[in-house]
Amino acid sequence: MADILRERERQVYRKGDLQPFQLDCEKQSAAGSVSQRACVFCGSRVVLYPIADALHIVHGPIGCASYTWDIRGALSSGPELHRLSFSTDLQEMDVVQGGEKKLYAGLCELIDAHQPKAAFVYATCIVGVIGDDVEAVCKRVSLEKGIPVLPVHSEGFKGTKKDGYRAACDALLKLVGTGSPEGITPHSINILGDFNLAGETWMIRDYYKRMGVEVVSCITGDGRVDEIRRAHGAALNVVQCSGSMTHLAKQLEEKYGTPFIRVSYFGVEDMSKSLYDVARHFKDKEMMKRTQAMVREELERLMPQLADYKRALTGKRAAIYVGGAFKAFSLVAALRHLGMTTVMVGSQTGNKDDYEQLRELCDEGTIIADDSNPLELSSFLEEKDVDVFIGGVKERPIAYKLGIGFCDHNHERKEALAGFEGMLNFAREVYSSVMSPVWRLTPRRRGSNLEVVK
Amino acid sequence: MLLRHTTDEVLERTSLTINPAKTCQPVGAMYAALGLHNCLPHSHGSQGCCSYHRSALTKHYKEPVMAATSSFTEGASVFGGQANLLQAITTIFTLYNPDVIAVHTTCLSETIGDDLVQIIAKAVAEGKVPEGKHVIHASTPSYQGSHVTGFSNMAKALVTYFADPEAAKSKQITLMPGWVEPSDMRELKNLAARLGVEVTLYPDTSDVLDTPHTGKHEFYPKGGATVEQIKASGGSLAAIGMGPSASQAALEALQSKCGVPGTLLELPIGLQATDRFIDTLRTLAGVEVPQSITDERGRLLDVISDMHQYLHGKRVAIFGDPDQLVSLVEFLNLLDMKPVYIVTGTPTPQFETRIQTALGGNVPEAKIKAGLQADMYLLHQWIKQESVDLLIGNTYGKYIARDEDIPFIRHGFPILDRVGHSYFPSVGYAGAMRLLEKILGAFMDRQDRDAPEERFELTM
Ligand code: SF4
Repeated sequence: MADILRERERQVYRKGDLQPFQLDCEKQSAAGSVSQRACVFCGSRVVLYPIADALHIVHGPIGCASYTWDIRGALSSGPELHRLSFSTDLQEMDVVQGGEKKLYAGLCELIDAHQPKAAFVYATCIVGVIGDDVEAVCKRVSLEKGIPVLPVHSEGFKGTKKDGYRAACDALLKLVGTGSPEGITPHSINILGDFNLAGETWMIRDYYKRMGVEVVSCITGDGRVDEIRRAHGAALNVVQCSGSMTHLAKQLEEKYGTPFIRVSYFGVEDMSKSLYDVARHFKDKEMMKRTQAMVREELERLMPQLADYKRALTGKRAAIYVGGAFKAFSLVAALRHLGMTTVMVGSQTGNKDDYEQLRELCDEGTIIADDSNPLELSSFLEEKDVDVFIGGVKERPIAYKLGIGFCDHNHERKEALAGFEGMLNFAREVYSSVMSPVWRLTPRRRGSNLEVVK
Repeated sequence: MLLRHTTDEVLERTSLTINPAKTCQPVGAMYAALGLHNCLPHSHGSQGCCSYHRSALTKHYKEPVMAATSSFTEGASVFGGQANLLQAITTIFTLYNPDVIAVHTTCLSETIGDDLVQIIAKAVAEGKVPEGKHVIHASTPSYQGSHVTGFSNMAKALVTYFADPEAAKSKQITLMPGWVEPSDMRELKNLAARLGVEVTLYPDTSDVLDTPHTGKHEFYPKGGATVEQIKASGGSLAAIGMGPSASQAALEALQSKCGVPGTLLELPIGLQATDRFIDTLRTLAGVEVPQSITDERGRLLDVISDMHQYLHGKRVAIFGDPDQLVSLVEFLNLLDMKPVYIVTGTPTPQFETRIQTALGGNVPEAKIKAGLQADMYLLHQWIKQESVDLLIGNTYGKYIARDEDIPFIRHGFPILDRVGHSYFPSVGYAGAMRLLEKILGAFMDRQDRDAPEERFELTM
């Protein structure tokens, strides 16, 4: 078993352990750990990034902007301003004298050149320390240029990625309510927490359309400023990726009385349930009928195709390590749907409730870990003789080195994994990696070399 | 069009970088530190920096990249990061047991003014650094220079912390390769071995970021220069530093600390730069160039002469790191091509002069820019004004290449969408041959694609 740093003992749990379930989480990583976690800025940046007709300007030294240039496959059906990288590229002089002037000039230049609908200004690590009043600069530019210019308080050290989500939500909250809700129908929703990775928002939007639900705005997948400004006119907020967007949903409920429900578009069961929940909310019999018909139609198409994959994958073991724990719930269910067992599951930023829910979901012996590190992860993978690892960019090569299949379920993924279609993609991706002949040549499957030779 | 927001008119920009042709210092320091055996790079700052740098390197190399972080919190930003670093040192030696922790700073820890020398001394005094283990550091403020500066600073730190002025005098020669790929470092060692010269090369990321599949995740792969080797380099007969931006600082440090005479060369990319490298090594070590190397050079020359007509007068736009650019431009010039736009985000003294020398007066129309606002937005604007036949640079060039329909060759850091750079060198004659093959391939593919049926040629 892994050498677990003593302080981390309470961040790893094995279902079936004698001691009562208690997982320490929501703590700062120990200094010196090789954590897989990111920072506040990262959280804000990934959430707001898909708003395609806004200007996103990173205020700070160049690094933060470089690393997040076109970082996620969040597609836009129109403008693509979000895919460029704008930075104030602070220099030593700016650190001494402050970067406000540069930010002001930069914002003005860019707004004149690109005529964006709004601008987000990300304050990174040193901005507060050098004493820049980003708020004031934004206000001034907003007045002068007549568009919303929104500061995003995303200094890296001010918490975890989750705090970054919160900062992003706070910025969004300033936008919502500034447009006219005129003409919005009673059966209307906002899609919260889908980022249109590989076109997922488009799929989900289409499902709602077929149900007869009006989508007022997508926050933030394929997002548009003007849509977000009138989001308060929607009758319901449908929240996916609860880790990032619940804060916004709660605020909208408080401010505008809009109720919200949580959903997940991942996996057959969760996807269907989400649509039914929305239909149920509107208490419209016809809508429910349309929904049932649509789900039936989708499933009839999907199930026979999934069957082959399931046959091959039954009994295989999976490990999951993702950013937010909510994603893990759906993954466990979806893997089960494919006949697979989850033997290890962890997240960077889960909370107590999340882990409790995971514990209920998982089988005996499953390892549950919060804020893990590569040493631990490799040893879990080896110990549990895992067949596929589901994680993000930093985890991929670790899995491959060990001779284990991999599926990217992070925001850099290329395949749409949401929706009914997404389930098929997911099955195909897991299958293609788990069943790859390359693993037969790796030491982990020793002996099978011979099979290949003869 | 992805970059439809690029205007063709070049407007004066005073305060912005758009689509940077550089990134920040720490990632370079992390890369250099990975070239030390059993070393865990450590990022003294917020968690995000470390995560970004590891991701960037992982995406470029498709290899696990290990590094730790001080995980700054609000408290650290007010009271300084000393407590974090001290705790980190304890944690790392207990849990990950490296021989060396190589700390680099970030914009945050620099701005709040953490004194690394003092903190490390305190760690040593408090017995937090076990016998025989080391904690070293490089100061890498992100608001100065670029990732190349970070590499240079960490390479220098290896010398200042380890090179031993008392080391026994030896015949070996120290090579400082600059920021090149593991494949390049391997090739440089190979060339030296074929010449029969004993060398120590550092930083050396070969066998660290290009490791074979063994079924194990080696937290510390077998490669990397050892502390012992770097200590011993203090007694080297001579040292060669390749690429001023990345190697000059370390080379000078070795000279002043240990009296090892240093020779500074441009990166041995392309025929002439490789000639100079081989010749310097030969002269310093007093050896003969073996026939196999002479033949290799001859084969390169042969391909150039066979194919020169495809290359004549081709206009090239090129961006990336300064040392790479100078040598590439020299090679392109030798190939009778015209590097007309040359851009690096790294502020580089003498850049224009070095490029002009490499161009040898052959391309008076060349536009050259380094440092602030020397970004890919500017490069794109230049291209829009007058297009080129070929674009060379890192992966981010693909947007311009696609929008303007220009053949594109990937070279530099980062390359996120192709493999090969970690396995096939671009230094040496073999490296030049590979570059040439890629250039020709790009032109010929284009010719095949665009040729009307009647002019579609079988033999080229
Ligand atoms: S916070 Fe500073 S050091 Fe960290 S990634 Fe951003 S620019 Fe680089």
